[in-house]
Amino acid sequence: MLSLGGGGAKSSKPSFVSYITPEEIKSEKEPPKKERHPNLLPGEVVFCSADPILKHTQDDVSQRGIFGTLLCTNFRVSFVSDETPLEETGSNLGDLISLQMLFCFVVYDEKRKMITGGMLKNKYPSKMIIHCKDLRVFQFCLTFTKEEDARKIFHGIAHHCLEPKSLKCVFAFSYAVSRSPEMQRSQRTVMFDSKEDWAQEMKRTKGNCRIVTENEGFKLSTRLPKYFIIPSSVTDEDLFKFQGKGLPIWCWSHHSGCALFKASTLPVPQEDGVIQRYMERMLDAAAQTHLYSLKIEDLSETLPTVQDIQQSYAKFKQFFLIDNSTDFWVSDVKWFSSVENTGWMDIIRKCLQKAVEVVECLEKENTNILIMEEEGTDLCCVISSLVQIMLDPHYRTLTGFQGLVQKEWVAGCHAFLDRCNHLCQKDKESPSPIFLLFLECVWQLVQQHSPAFQFSETYLTVLSDSVHVPVFSTFLFNSAYQRESTLKAESQHPQRGPLNCPAVWDWSVQFDCKAQELFLNPLYADKLKQDKVLRKVPRPKHQRQLSLPSSAFKTPPKKGFFKDETESLKKMLRVKRISRWMASPDSPAANTREFYEAWQRRPLDHHGLLLPWLDGPAVRLWMQRYLRWIPEVQILGGGPVAVTNKMAELLVQVQELRKKLDLKGCWQPEAERVQLQPRPLALARNSLRLSSAFPFASSRNWTFKPVIPTSLLQSLMLTDKLASQEDETTEVISLV
Amino acid sequence: MELLADVALLPGEERIIDKDLIYMCPFNGALKGKVFITNYRLYFRSTDTESTVTLDVPLGNISRIEKMGGASSRGENSYGLDITCKDMRNLRFALKQEGHSRRDLFGEIFKYAFPLSHGQPLFAFLSQEKFEENGWNVYKPMDEYRRQGLPNERWRISFINSNYELCDTYPTILVVPFKATEEDLRRVATFRSRCRIPVLSWIHRDNQAVIMRCSQPLVGMSGKRNKDDERYLDIIREANGTTKLTIYDARPNVNAVANKATGGGYEGDDAYQNAELVFLDIHNIHVMRESLKKLKDIVYPNVEESHWLSSLESTHWLEHIKLVLSGAIQVADKVSSGNSVVVHCSDGWDRTAQLTSLSMLMLDSYFRTFRGFQVLLEKEWIGFGHKFASRIGHGDKNHADQDRSPIFLQFIDCVWQMTKQFPTAFEFNEHFLITVLDHLYSCRFGTFLYNCESVRENYNVRAKTVSLWSLINSSTSIYMNPFYTAESSHVLYPVASMRHLELWVNYYIRWNPRIRHQILSQNCEILSQNCEILSHNCEKLSHNYETLGHNCGILSCI
Repeated sequence: MLSLGGGGAKSSKPSFVSYITPEEIKSEKEPPKKERHPNLLPGEVVFCSADPILKHTQDDVSQRGIFGTLLCTNFRVSFVSDETPLEETGSNLGDLISLQMLFCFVVYDEKRKMITGGMLKNKYPSKMIIHCKDLRVFQFCLTFTKEEDARKIFHGIAHHCLEPKSLKCVFAFSYAVSRSPEMQRSQRTVMFDSKEDWAQEMKRTKGNCRIVTENEGFKLSTRLPKYFIIPSSVTDEDLFKFQGKGLPIWCWSHHSGCALFKASTLPVPQEDGVIQRYMERMLDAAAQTHLYSLKIEDLSETLPTVQDIQQSYAKFKQFFLIDNSTDFWVSDVKWFSSVENTGWMDIIRKCLQKAVEVVECLEKENTNILIMEEEGTDLCCVISSLVQIMLDPHYRTLTGFQGLVQKEWVAGCHAFLDRCNHLCQKDKESPSPIFLLFLECVWQLVQQHSPAFQFSETYLTVLSDSVHVPVFSTFLFNSAYQRESTLKAESQHPQRGPLNCPAVWDWSVQFDCKAQELFLNPLYADKLKQDKVLRKVPRPKHQRQLSLPSSAFKTPPKKGFFKDETESLKKMLRVKRISRWMASPDSPAANTREFYEAWQRRPLDHHGLLLPWLDGPAVRLWMQRYLRWIPEVQILGGGPVAVTNKMAELLVQVQELRKKLDLKGCWQPEAERVQLQPRPLALARNSLRLSSAFPFASSRNWTFKPVIPTSLLQSLMLTDKLASQEDETTEVISLV
Repeated sequence: MELLADVALLPGEERIIDKDLIYMCPFNGALKGKVFITNYRLYFRSTDTESTVTLDVPLGNISRIEKMGGASSRGENSYGLDITCKDMRNLRFALKQEGHSRRDLFGEIFKYAFPLSHGQPLFAFLSQEKFEENGWNVYKPMDEYRRQGLPNERWRISFINSNYELCDTYPTILVVPFKATEEDLRRVATFRSRCRIPVLSWIHRDNQAVIMRCSQPLVGMSGKRNKDDERYLDIIREANGTTKLTIYDARPNVNAVANKATGGGYEGDDAYQNAELVFLDIHNIHVMRESLKKLKDIVYPNVEESHWLSSLESTHWLEHIKLVLSGAIQVADKVSSGNSVVVHCSDGWDRTAQLTSLSMLMLDSYFRTFRGFQVLLEKEWIGFGHKFASRIGHGDKNHADQDRSPIFLQFIDCVWQMTKQFPTAFEFNEHFLITVLDHLYSCRFGTFLYNCESVRENYNVRAKTVSLWSLINSSTSIYMNPFYTAESSHVLYPVASMRHLELWVNYYIRWNPRIRHQILSQNCEILSQNCEILSHNCEKLSHNYETLGHNCGILSCI
């Protein structure tokens, strides 16, 4: 065994220990010299490779590494180990480094340099540290490979992962061409790309608005979906007036008849008042949907900006990109305040709070709501989706949720390409993790009300990763228009065949059936079971939905009534402050409190209204997503997966018994059969104990040493005289 | 007619006084209602019909009662009583200002909440409760040692303390090295604070490594040595062939040094050559008490919202939990790798009890069972003299007593953190832990009364009071964890990182109805419902299967 320095002769401090000396590797490796490749995807091409490269194994306490080949393809950076791969246990969902890296650090002479593209020194790097967007950290030691190879692989990776590129170069296109057609998806998710989908959705929610088909060729607007829904009374003339800006776009209808709309804001009102009059007509149209009532909320005034969100997340994620144990324990001391200071948790809380306010208007006051924002495709998407999840149990099912993402985000023209910065543009303004913020908020709801959701947190984590897997068309474009025009242009490419771009919802592209089972929540309170329980304890119907006192709009819709409302709205428009309906802005919590407490007092119905808890302890860190790659925090044999495992075990038991009975041919009662979901999870039979990071990071060996915290006393240096006090002040030890 | 006549009392409980007053609820505002006091509890029910608020507080919970406002104070509801409880809440009652209306109420509460200060017996001695099971039989020291495989050729049972002559705060039955004579033990006792000599707490079945507990050596300023003590520790080391015995001093290094001034100290390198000394940096009882006080400030009555995390951090409560847990992890790790350890702090009844019992919980799955955990508490805490009476102040009016400290609560919190990290490893649930804590203060049972066995024997606690385990073991189902999976062989190492530690909301903030109460209140019902449905189905199916098989058998006979 040999200690290896970071930069050859210069360094004296060994950074890690390898199993074998470099000489040994050479003698071992040279004779066969066969190419090692990962299983390449269709359309995947290797750009460059280098070996031997030492990969620092992060989850090994002994700080050792493994040798192998590092490759850079048009899809990923991949490391193929020389050693025979250990038998995989369990199904690990992530095992490739997607090309979507955050940063690449290079170590020259033990000093770290962050590489963001374009600024490469022509020097020989000794070590390369890669931070991925899913928060994995990889460290590669380049000192064993030929200098030329090292430089090549490093330049290759930096170029392909960090340099700006054009949309055409995204891997999805080469993949889509080469993909065999029989991998066709079995589609159950409503895609909202046809008129029928929208009509069906309006029918489902009993909405009374009209479907606009005038944008089929994107002549009306390139920032709106092909089909969308607006209040019935908007005239055709107004429809085309401002390229769809300011149009109240229908999102969802409450069972009372009131509806949720979203809109982009129009430029500063001109002197002539054209825009103002147009806006008034729009508001009027939205209000007419139900009881001539409307409340407007300008999200850009009350929620953090897109840039605030980006900055906060940039700070927040740094706390999870940890590459050594020392840093981990040093940051552990001030963990809570560090997390708080990034403001990320507060942004989550604010979004949930805003959604609750909107829910209150719909549910309690039965007023129409119009949420607005500059483009109407960022926070509007977050809030409208959250509102729908809280109010409509359909969106808490797996396919329902996927439909919601299609409706509000994909068809709804959230600018995924810019916000996720898929093309590594240097523009500082546009990237922002808005969709991730939405998933964070959903996760809060899932962890607080898990039986109400059919999907698991693992599903949300995987979905948040999939945003950056450049194989799917779902999160690749800024708008429906861009999607259609790009796919069309690429399909007409002479050398290429027809494009076959999968949606992310086709989970079989990424995961086998076993792994997909982990997307489902075994504790989901099925509608069926609920009914059974309800039958036992008879409750009045629609209790949760209808029993709230609707204090606001009890006045019958008189003729002159709405006039007043618009009059005041007009005034507000003039002073550029559209939203003021949530009373004093300093205590929004106090306002919703009454609504909250009324909700709390009723028995919990997982298929009724669902509100998030917003107090300090209730808004929590999404541990699975953020801590899964950090070996220090893995609980062996513990974590939520232990419960899932136990549930699965019970399910298997039931099924086996049932099978036995079936064999005897004496088991018929169909009714009982439906009650249990025949879904024994694959992990049930795994006698091996899993770590809390399952199914992400691979489990360590059981004969491990516990992680013992270091730098414990750093903040507890109590200057207090208490600390030095004797335990027993009253008695004095008798000396012998 | 008596007020609130419908409230059921415990056998032996007697009503003392009742009154109309206003409960100043921090969550629902002023509530008019009626209160009655018995020799066991304070019971309040609001008269508002819309939503009834009740309070049912054992008087043992009260740490302090004060009068607020005077006969002449102005403002609505400014005259009344302010009661501070040991379970993280305060109760305020407002009364009519005329005619000294609070005087008798205050007097009675004061008398019955602090009976020991008034020469009265604790309620546990008045209770006439009867249960199916006698909880005093839960722990039999000999049975427990036998379960661990003791005595054996290296470890013997000693009855030297059968009359509490060696050490008055130790139990009667001790396990000591086979090679050490009774005379050796006596000599070692002279060199250990309060004669709490190193005795065995737990032995590893396979590698025979042991956890020993004791108090600090009486080294003093002059650096005294004691050959017998040195030899005794070496015998312990030899017992399983450990090359180096590890001594875990729970205190921070500086405190251990400071203790020399009062005659204490730690095992020096030159005196104990085959031992290594590790300080675990856990702070003393006073620091823990102040930390909990700060915690109460941020959770009661209102919970800090936007700066929740940094306020929580500033209490240091979870950081202390982290230190205790990581100390226990080190002990467990050492033992499971085959090395014997000695654990002590100053007197070996606070931090030592935390460390030994937590490491035993990690090492031995028996202690994670419903009964096993009771045995663990009986053995490491009650038996080995954690000073419950001093730390809790049962029936004592002196609320500012410096000896009070939430050491046991901190231990239960650590256990809770472990159950959070290993949701299937413990047979009992959170409700069990909360029930234990509630009766830590209630004085309804004899289990946690007094400082040590010898005092308990003097007061004849086992004969005159009921054990908490009688209550708990007579209705076990509500205390069971539906996800428990019996697994024996593995050591459980929790992760002592702030990333995983969280505030036990269901305990510390349980009085606040606006705070979301974690899983238990909301989801657990459904979880256990699901579980029940499943296991019920299992049972039904296997039953069907059996009858089928039986029928088939009959058929084939025909």
